This record gives sequence, structure tokens and C-alpha cells, in this order.
Amino acid sequence: MSVEVRIPTILRTHTGGEKIVTGSGDTLSALFTDLDLRHNGLSGRVITDEGALHRFVNVYVNDEDVRFTGGLGTKLSDGDSVTILPAVAGG
Amino acid sequence: MARYDSILDTAGDTPLVGLPNLSPAGDVRLWAKLEDRNPTGSIKDRAALSMLAAAEADGLLKPGSTILEPTSGNTGIALALVSRLRGYRLICVMPENTSEERRQLLELYGAKVVPSPAAGGSNQAVAVARRLAAENPDWVMLDQYSNAANAAAHTATTGPELLRDLPTITHLVAGLGTTGTLMGTGRFLRENVPGVKIVAAEPRYGELVYGLRNLDEGFVPELYDEKVLHRRISVGTADALRRTRQLVQDEGVFAGPSTGAVLHAALVVAGEAVKAGERADIVVIVADAGWKYLSTGAYSGSLEEAAEALDGQLWA
Repeated sequence: MSVEVRIPTILRTHTGGEKIVTGSGDTLSALFTDLDLRHNGLSGRVITDEGALHRFVNVYVNDEDVRFTGGLGTKLSDGDSVTILPAVAGG
Repeated sequence: MARYDSILDTAGDTPLVGLPNLSPAGDVRLWAKLEDRNPTGSIKDRAALSMLAAAEADGLLKPGSTILEPTSGNTGIALALVSRLRGYRLICVMPENTSEERRQLLELYGAKVVPSPAAGGSNQAVAVARRLAAENPDWVMLDQYSNAANAAAHTATTGPELLRDLPTITHLVAGLGTTGTLMGTGRFLRENVPGVKIVAAEPRYGELVYGLRNLDEGFVPELYDEKVLHRRISVGTADALRRTRQLVQDEGVFAGPSTGAVLHAALVVAGEAVKAGERADIVVIVADAGWKYLSTGAYSGSLEEAAEALDGQLWA
């Protein structure tokens, strides 16, 4: 199984400048563990030592914010698209 | 009765109109709440009036007082109108990458615009305004991101209007900016409509907007309480524009690009309801009309050209 992950500019230092990388895992948590094997340090920028999402980082699976779909336990399927974005203000 | 004592008295009580051509089934219906029918043409008139009334009640404002606010446009324009009529001076900190019309409107109403760097977006506008506020302790910063009166405006008005006009409401879909609309309206509906779902449509801008963001200096509005929401859907520029145009073409409703994002999320919800065989009455909040965005190219040329033109801008 393969999942596409969109990396924001600020995190591309961990992916050798790549905008989109692929990884695998049945859950978001497993995906980040897998990604970290090839993209050292990426996981730590998104997930805290306590195993939660960093406050100012939003992660989406197929456009759904994962904080509402089970957080890092969100299930993944082959072909899913994951997007990581910094939180920005509106208004 | 359509007679009012002043323009400010026309705020709120906006029309809720059906979207029969976009609704996928007879029992899965979309409804648009036309917030562009407010005095300055956006939903932010509700928040601005509420925040100013609260500040006045607290004795923070007197004629001649200076108000400072970080804004990507609509809140500033709404505050500018009230400030003009009540004799306050208004300074708005606004990112450079917002539409030209917003700047012109602010200046027309008499506000002073302090530009903040495009690369820093709204986060930086907030930071600049908070610094200016610290340097000028006599200025009043209403701070729409943390001001409880912002969300309270919607608990007091937007929510009750929706319940009155659509007692069968099943879903509220609105844009996520300060989060005031969703927090205030969402809280009211959750308390009064069993089973109602509160859905946020969050703009996903082009790369340039997020480009230089440091993840440690991100921003989440103090008003935001994720427990009020059931779901948060991210909508990219191209989808938002496509839906904005579809709303004009199919229903004759001319809305700003943020409404396209809201409609996109609403159609996701509607499609799921049809699939599940469940009835749904889905409210789409139309935060503003398209006038202020004409210069961005959002409404002319091909969708691809329009999306490219809008990509580096804060379109919601």
C-alpha cells in the first residue's frame, strides 16, 4: 500500500526538497514512523514527544482534518492523500 | 417592515434562500444564508457591532478613541463603517496580499491601513497589531481572534435566525477564519437542535501563502474550541473557485471565493447524505459577495488561470 504525502515548504529540508513523498502504514501514526526512516526528523516536526499533533500543525487525510477523524490513529487506505500544513489565521 | 433608523440597524436578519438546482435530492437540500446583505456586505458586520458594543459597555471607547485591528479585510471594513459613524479612529493591519478593493473600501470609510508583509500572511498581521498595541497602550485592540463578543454575536443572532427559518436544519457549514461564526452559531445550534452537525470549511491557499511559515509560530485563534465542530474539511483554491462560479451559474448567487469553499464542503456532506439515504437540510453561510474580488481574476477567464491568479493571495 502507498500513501501520497504533501510536504509544506518549511519541512522540505527533511525530504531533500521533495514536495510530495510516499509512505505506507495502516494508520497515520504508522505512516509517520515509516516516513521518518527515509526522511529523518520529519515525524518530530509534526508529532510531539508525547505522541500528539503539534498545536500549530494541521494534517489532513483526503481533505479531512485528522483531529476529527481519530487523530494519529486515523486509518489509511491505499491511494489516500495526506497533507501537512501550518495553521494560519483568517478573518 | 423594511424601514430602519440608520444603516447599522439593517445588520443581521439576513435572507435564507434555497439552492434547488444544487440540492442533490428532494430531501437533501442546500440553503444559503446571504450574509452579504449586511451593511458593509459581509458577515463581519455582526461581529464588529457586537465587539464595539461590548467595548463601549466596558467604557473602553469614547469619541476620538483609536481602534486597532489586524484583519484580512471584512472585519476591518465592518469596523470602519461603525467607527466613522461613532467618531472613532481606526487603524487596520492588513497583509499586502489581499485584494485591492479591500484597501480602497477601508480608506473610503476613513480607516488607516498599515500593510504587513505578504509572506507572513494574517499570522504576521496579528503579530504586528499586537506589537503596535503594546507600544500604544491608549489604543484599543478589539482582537477578533480572542474577543468573546465576536462569537457571542452569532449565538445571539445568526443561530436563532437559522433555527427560526429552518427548524429542520441538520448541518451548518461555514468558513473557518477567526472561528467566531462557527463557534457562536455552532454552540447555539448544538444546544437547540439535537443531532445537528457543525462543519468547518477551511481554505487551503497556494503554497506561496504558507511558504515561509515557521511551524513553531503558527496561529490558532483563542476563540477556537474544536469541541464545537464535528468535522473540518480543507478546500483548495481550484475547488473553491469552481464552486463559486457554479453558485452563480446554477443559482444566481454571486458570492466571494470563501463561499465556494463552503459550498464545496456542503456538497461533500450532501453527497454522503444521499448515499446513506438520510434526509438533510444543509446551511451554507455566504460570508460575502464577489464584488471585492473582481480584480483578483477569480471570475474571469478559465478556472486554471483564475486559480493561478489567486494562488498567492488570501482569498478567504
